[in-house]
Amino acid sequence: MGKLTGALMFVVAIGSVLLFIGQPLLFGSRLWWFPEGISQHAAAIDAQFLRTLVVVGISFTAAQFALGYAVIRFGRKGSERAVYTHGSNKLEVTWTMITAAVFVILAILGQRVWANLHLNAAPPDSTHIEVVAQQFQWNFHYAGPDGAFGRTESKFIDDSALNFIGLDPNDSNGKDDAQTTSMVIPKDRPVELTLKSKDVIHSFFVPALRFKQDTVPGLAIKVHFTATKEGKYEIPCAELCGNLHHNMRSTLVVIPADEYDRLVSMPAEKFKEQLGELMARYQF
Amino acid sequence: MADVVHPIHGEVHRHPAPTSFIRKYIFSTDHKVIGIQYWFLALFSVFVGMGLSLLMRLQLGWPGQEWGFLKTLFPTAAENGTISGEFYLSLLTMHGTVMVFFVLTTAPQGGFGNFFLPIQIGAADMAFPVLNMMSFWITFMALVVLMSAFFADSIAHFLNDYFFDVAAAGNVIGPIGGWTGYAPLSALGERAGPGQGMGVILWVTSIALFCIASLLGALNFITTMLNMRAKGMSLMRLPLTCWAWFTTAVLALLSFPVLLAAGILLILDHTADTSFFIPGGEYVNGKLVTEHAGGSPIMWQHLFWFFGHPEVYIAILPGMGLTSHILSTFARKPVFGYRAMVYAIFAIGLLGFFVWGHHMFISGMSPYSAIAFSLVTLTIGVPSAIKTFNWLGTLWGGQIRFTTPMLFAIGFVSLFVSGGITGLFLGQTSIDIPLHDTYFVVGHFHLIMGVAAIFGMFAGTYFWFPKMFGKMMNEGLGKLHFLLTFIGVNAIFIPMHIMGMAGQTRRYASHWNPATGEGLHYLSNMVPLTRFVSIAAFVTIAAQLIFLVNLVWSWIKGKKATENPWEATSLEWTIPSPPPHDNFAGIEPEVHRGPYEYSVPGASKDFLMQTDAEGPVIEHGH
Amino acid sequence: MSTTVTRDAGVKPGIGAGGGQKDPGGSDPFEPPQGDSKDWPPGFSREDAIEPEKYRIGMWVGLASILMLFIALTSAYIVRGVPALSGGDSDWIPLAMPRILWVNTAVLLLSSVSIELARRALKKNEYDRFKGWISLTTLFGASFLVGQLIAWRQLAAQGVFINSHPHSSFFYLLTSLHGVHLLGGVIALAYVTVAALRMRIGFKRRTAVDVTSIYWHFMDGLWIYLFGLLFFFR
Repeated sequence: MGKLTGALMFVVAIGSVLLFIGQPLLFGSRLWWFPEGISQHAAAIDAQFLRTLVVVGISFTAAQFALGYAVIRFGRKGSERAVYTHGSNKLEVTWTMITAAVFVILAILGQRVWANLHLNAAPPDSTHIEVVAQQFQWNFHYAGPDGAFGRTESKFIDDSALNFIGLDPNDSNGKDDAQTTSMVIPKDRPVELTLKSKDVIHSFFVPALRFKQDTVPGLAIKVHFTATKEGKYEIPCAELCGNLHHNMRSTLVVIPADEYDRLVSMPAEKFKEQLGELMARYQF
Repeated sequence: MADVVHPIHGEVHRHPAPTSFIRKYIFSTDHKVIGIQYWFLALFSVFVGMGLSLLMRLQLGWPGQEWGFLKTLFPTAAENGTISGEFYLSLLTMHGTVMVFFVLTTAPQGGFGNFFLPIQIGAADMAFPVLNMMSFWITFMALVVLMSAFFADSIAHFLNDYFFDVAAAGNVIGPIGGWTGYAPLSALGERAGPGQGMGVILWVTSIALFCIASLLGALNFITTMLNMRAKGMSLMRLPLTCWAWFTTAVLALLSFPVLLAAGILLILDHTADTSFFIPGGEYVNGKLVTEHAGGSPIMWQHLFWFFGHPEVYIAILPGMGLTSHILSTFARKPVFGYRAMVYAIFAIGLLGFFVWGHHMFISGMSPYSAIAFSLVTLTIGVPSAIKTFNWLGTLWGGQIRFTTPMLFAIGFVSLFVSGGITGLFLGQTSIDIPLHDTYFVVGHFHLIMGVAAIFGMFAGTYFWFPKMFGKMMNEGLGKLHFLLTFIGVNAIFIPMHIMGMAGQTRRYASHWNPATGEGLHYLSNMVPLTRFVSIAAFVTIAAQLIFLVNLVWSWIKGKKATENPWEATSLEWTIPSPPPHDNFAGIEPEVHRGPYEYSVPGASKDFLMQTDAEGPVIEHGH
Repeated sequence: MSTTVTRDAGVKPGIGAGGGQKDPGGSDPFEPPQGDSKDWPPGFSREDAIEPEKYRIGMWVGLASILMLFIALTSAYIVRGVPALSGGDSDWIPLAMPRILWVNTAVLLLSSVSIELARRALKKNEYDRFKGWISLTTLFGASFLVGQLIAWRQLAAQGVFINSHPHSSFFYLLTSLHGVHLLGGVIALAYVTVAALRMRIGFKRRTAVDVTSIYWHFMDGLWIYLFGLLFFFR
């Protein structure tokens, strides 16, 4: 039983190594892996993930192998007695220091991308879009040709008039605003989102962007990122928001910046029509 | 062993055992009976929780499929035999709540702790036996209330169909907000979703009752351990199980009041129209909400996770103590670094109070505090690593006896490593961005606080069953159970990390339906992996029937257990199996040495009982 | 002669004292014997020695959890009261303090003094004074609760209810949670008072007096804290 149990630990270690290292090496990293990263910070997150994977992989394999080895090697032999020891302070201090050092270094390295994304303000040339989440739909609010967002308030919400975000009909800034249920952003230009929610907490998640942020009712959370690849991507809701949570998704298209500029200078109706065409142009 | 015990004064001072059935088995104040009651409650709950996960895995593997038996079981909630979004979420909410509270919090502490803490420290009972009884019965009420949130409809239908007419409960399903019950989804009532009305009220009531029961229990544990140790049982001679139970009780004492406070605020928002968590200007399900303004949804998360993170350690610490205890016993070797183990338990308990924010990196809280929480979170890996090293050190140079409890303890170490180490990814703010709320998290916490903790409970059951019930469990069945379960849980939870990396979101009733082509396109690659996990789950769940059979068979036909079948050293092995009503027959045991004196050079056998006065005395610590 | 302490009977949770059992041998030892177990009188067991101690420990441990409950609510109060922290718009309307709260506070402070006087009297075995002070304390405690009810009625008469605005929500919540805990103290006091009036103050019930007074002082302090938090914290 000892040998079998020890072997199981080896199997767990080898199996995990095959799954997490062999599999992406063999099949390319697109079968069972992160989707291809399409944002400026995605590469940094992926690199930090790989660094951590190396540390974790080594410690994990070493620990499982040591456990498996101990279990096989130190099975009971007749009436022999075990080694009588209560431990060793020297060993305790050594392994405490080593793990502490490794973990602290990882922890510090792990903050860099975060700090760039969340501690710095969005660059001044950013494109602004407001995201308004609701059960079970994403709404996107574009400022239109004048570049100014109309005022929104929940008392103006009128589902039958498709005014989902509660745009104030009396605010002149809002006359040319467009509200859509899918999203378009420019490539290679910083995008600043203002995330809001009408009802409960949702979470704006674009796996390919390596980006996720909860939308919290009562708060307007500003975040920014830069997409670097044209294409069509999905936006699932990542925070449990009610019975149809799994159906709450939208589509993001990333298009060249000059095309984007032409698009947003169009009147709202034209903008929406063009957006529909864009959705058909790109494939997932 | 009774002859080693030194009575402190001439007279034997005994508690008479109660004689009536009700006082003996139902409303008993005997910590052993209460321990067994808790253990059975957890056993019932774990099978309920597992049944719920079976239904969830059916839906995830084959989304939208019709299952005839569902119509019978849940006539309203699953009237077409398919699992709807809300039904899936109520399964998920119940699974989480039942497992976290009524299994992971209940069995290791309320069950084993109740039965063995007083015996291991040499006391006749807990400090406050009546309080102890109340803790159990309040926990029991909490379970009944929680179950009623979910099964009210089915029970009403069952009664209507087969017995007599009761008012149909309407379309009652349980709450759908997950075990974390994030506000405002949980605070807005039925308008935010089915099951969020009465379902949430029952759910919060159940949790509030559970908080009160846990607090009474924690008070009892702490007082007992501080005040009722036998002569000679100094703190550094306590078995590590006792240290784990003690630390767990302290965590419970300080964290459950916070959950209770959160629960009170939530129920007020829900039913009394206050605005603690509900902000103004809400527009829910086609209607403007006018009676609330100014509340903070994130405040719920802070309160919840201030409790929720220590709760993780409440679930796992007793398993850690038990693993140390069992590894030493069956490796026939003292625990490596006993003091380091005690300090590591403290360190984990203490740090556990300062890391709650790592559940909230992307919640919208301050990005600066996220960094602080991230740094503290990774330091908690240090005491965890110390424990792992010391377990390996305990095995190293041992003479390992591969009994079933030992196998589960070894399995615990392996799973603790697998589940703990992925915390290094999630604890970093940057990496958490893509991984948060995905199956990576699901795999991580199931391995560590779900399965590792459950392995601790299995180890405890196989180890202490002889003492609790006076019968040995079947070793062959036990080993088979271990093999299937260990392989099964790894097959279920390790692939989940891959799914999470791919962006497979948590708490989705369906990600990609290959039959209809609906869902998230980027997850279409995950279908084979998802089905593999589902099948692994079915096999693993089926393997648990072996455990059930073993329990029943051993109870009825098992070999009679002797006083000390494992040749172990702590005090519970000095008294008959099962122990008499007052444990030590009114004679206070006297402790002469530490709890892990195995293979002591110069001793006549390879273990020295804690009560052995003769033989070389070697103190711990160096 | 042997004492049978059937722990099953009547141990009140939280306040802890054996109910209705005979004190050892009819004699009334005031203090538990000190020193080594060999010096203990016959019939006095290890359990008798650890009993008072365990109630004291249990009380302090219990108070720690009550403290955590109110700390959690305090943090919610601060988050909710400071708009910058809750992120929402400020809808905080300060409550006009019902004047009777000053009276209630004074009564509760007096009760802390009287319970201390009762405890000292008991220590000096001055039974009559003890009876007087402990009865008075119970009376003070009950009056405080009545006073709090009056404060609620006054607010309700002004049309201020639990859902009126955040400050009123916290006021009703904190006063009722404190009131429930204090009610437990009043029940414990009533128990001790009845025991005292019936001349049954063995050393176990002295423990009950001690433990109850710890609890009582804590509840007093807690009220002063809540009073300050609710009406003087800005």
